[in-house]
Amino acid sequence: MISRQKSIEILEAQSAQHDLLEKPLSQWRLTIRRFRGRTSGMVGLGIVTALILMAIFAPIIAPYPPNQVLIGKEDVGPRDPPCVHILGCDENTPQHIMGTDGNVRDEFSRVIYGARISLTLGFFTVTIALLVGSFFGAVAGYVGGWFDNIIMRIMDVILGFPSLLLAIAIVAVLGPGLENALIAIAIVAIPAYARVMRAQVLAIKESDYVQASIALGASSRQLLLRRVVPNALTPLVVLATLGVATAILEAAGLSFLGLGAQPPNPEWGSMLASERNNLFTAPHLVFFPGFAIMLTVLGFNLMGDGLRDALDPALNR
Amino acid sequence: MSDRPLVELTDLVKEFPVKGGVLQRQVATVNAVAGVTMSISRGETVGLVGESGCGKSTLGRLLTRLLEPTSGKIIFDGADITHLKGKQLKPFRRRVQIIFQDPYSSLDPRTQVGNSISEGLRLHGIGDKDERRDRVTKMLELVGLEAHHASRFPHEFSGGQRQRIGIARALILEPDFVVADEPVSALDVSVQAQVLNLLKELQSELDLTLLFIAHNLAVVEHISDRVAVMYLGRIAEITDRESLYKNPLHPYTEALLSAIPIPDPDRPRNRTILQGEVPSPIDPPSGCFFHPRCPIAVEGVCDVEVPQLEQSTTNADHLASCHVRTGRLAAKS
Repeated sequence: MISRQKSIEILEAQSAQHDLLEKPLSQWRLTIRRFRGRTSGMVGLGIVTALILMAIFAPIIAPYPPNQVLIGKEDVGPRDPPCVHILGCDENTPQHIMGTDGNVRDEFSRVIYGARISLTLGFFTVTIALLVGSFFGAVAGYVGGWFDNIIMRIMDVILGFPSLLLAIAIVAVLGPGLENALIAIAIVAIPAYARVMRAQVLAIKESDYVQASIALGASSRQLLLRRVVPNALTPLVVLATLGVATAILEAAGLSFLGLGAQPPNPEWGSMLASERNNLFTAPHLVFFPGFAIMLTVLGFNLMGDGLRDALDPALNR
Repeated sequence: MSDRPLVELTDLVKEFPVKGGVLQRQVATVNAVAGVTMSISRGETVGLVGESGCGKSTLGRLLTRLLEPTSGKIIFDGADITHLKGKQLKPFRRRVQIIFQDPYSSLDPRTQVGNSISEGLRLHGIGDKDERRDRVTKMLELVGLEAHHASRFPHEFSGGQRQRIGIARALILEPDFVVADEPVSALDVSVQAQVLNLLKELQSELDLTLLFIAHNLAVVEHISDRVAVMYLGRIAEITDRESLYKNPLHPYTEALLSAIPIPDPDRPRNRTILQGEVPSPIDPPSGCFFHPRCPIAVEGVCDVEVPQLEQSTTNADHLASCHVRTGRLAAKS
């Protein structure tokens, strides 16, 4: 009886202590908690993390340098099918788990290194588009009037073109190459961020807490940087995550058309393009890069969806 | 101290453009505030009542210069602040604060409560970090919260607690004049009483001048020294609390007072029920704005001439804008 009462006391003391020690729940902590509860988002996060690790540790994972031609070094020919020893491939032939490509390079190594190009390109384009787009969107929404009109009409013009077509046109002007493809894709993506940012700013600048800051004496710059932009970022984070997927897909598209990464760079889109005529004789050379693109896009999309679900209920609360 | 009122409004007007059509041209104007003249003395609490859309909140925001008046004048402590802009307003911002109606939208959801409260100190460069933290703690205790609440986020608080935080934020700069824009109408009745009493205590403790906006006469009666009744952007009647509740002059005030529920089923009620709707402020009636709904309107006068705020015959501090009760028809009879 005594021991039971004592244990209750201990429990109460513990819970009281726990209450005191519990950290305040910031929006981010809540978001992370909700994000964890969603399987699809976590799967997306898993895929993306795996891809990032793969890109960082490519030299360790890949058995060959991506551009090494194996003719004369090993007993392999062009477009050899995959050979995996554990799956029953002859121990005497060298192992190439995704086979070799038309120039007798290890396809697996090239796919691994391809993650580096695609991910850097995806992150860079989205970062540029996010910064430029949200800057113009925020200023347009905050200042309003003719400035808003001019900026948003320019954005409308950019949006008026199909994005890949416009990217092709920009690359055609700048000249083919990875950097120019990056710039083109970033420009094409700017209007989406500008529009979302502007809409957010328009809504937030009328809110009572911004009015309260004005009444307290905050300047326009302080308002924009301290109150408006931090509260407007949530949907942009989601948009940016989904935007990485779009950017990677568009980069692959441009490379496929020969306007992006140039050979011998191991870019998934250009790998697809160079082997597309051998689709029926060597399907693995089209399948693996294509699968890599699909997996990356899927990963970012799942993660973006999960983020959106996790962030949405936190808005306006 | 001087006899001069702290806040003087002269013929204050605020119009909002109504835009329409493809080209977003201005097609009409809303007269949210259509010529308000009143003054508020140091240390007094003025209640401002009226229906939704009568311009109470707009008037409050004009007074705190969150909006710029279309015409008229606002004199604050002897200085004309009607059209000041940007940096010129900063000294004024320190002395005039506002408490908002909706405690759920008036706090930045991403900012810790303590930082929201100390924002005013930061913006005006008052104190260093430690001093600010001390003042936030003091302020939190003053409004009935605890020091450790400073590190929490708004969504962790109830509506009443959030309103207390809003009050703390408004009062930390030790303002002279505070506009409370329906501070309790979004709260439960039991919490309303707590927040009202808190405001009343703080007002006497900190020697505040308060403009208390509400649409509930019972709430206003509890807190105000004087009460102004607004209708369609104009002041219908303004006087001390006693005279307004005992001896209303304007027929609109009578109707409002008769609408207060009395918790006594046996008491006979002679309600003045108004006919019709509040007219649109885009297209207000001619003459006295109230004449289409007024039980005592006189044809040929009330629908033609705009009544001015005039003193009643018995009480010089009791002003009403009604031709029949205080205006030229009253003088004749």
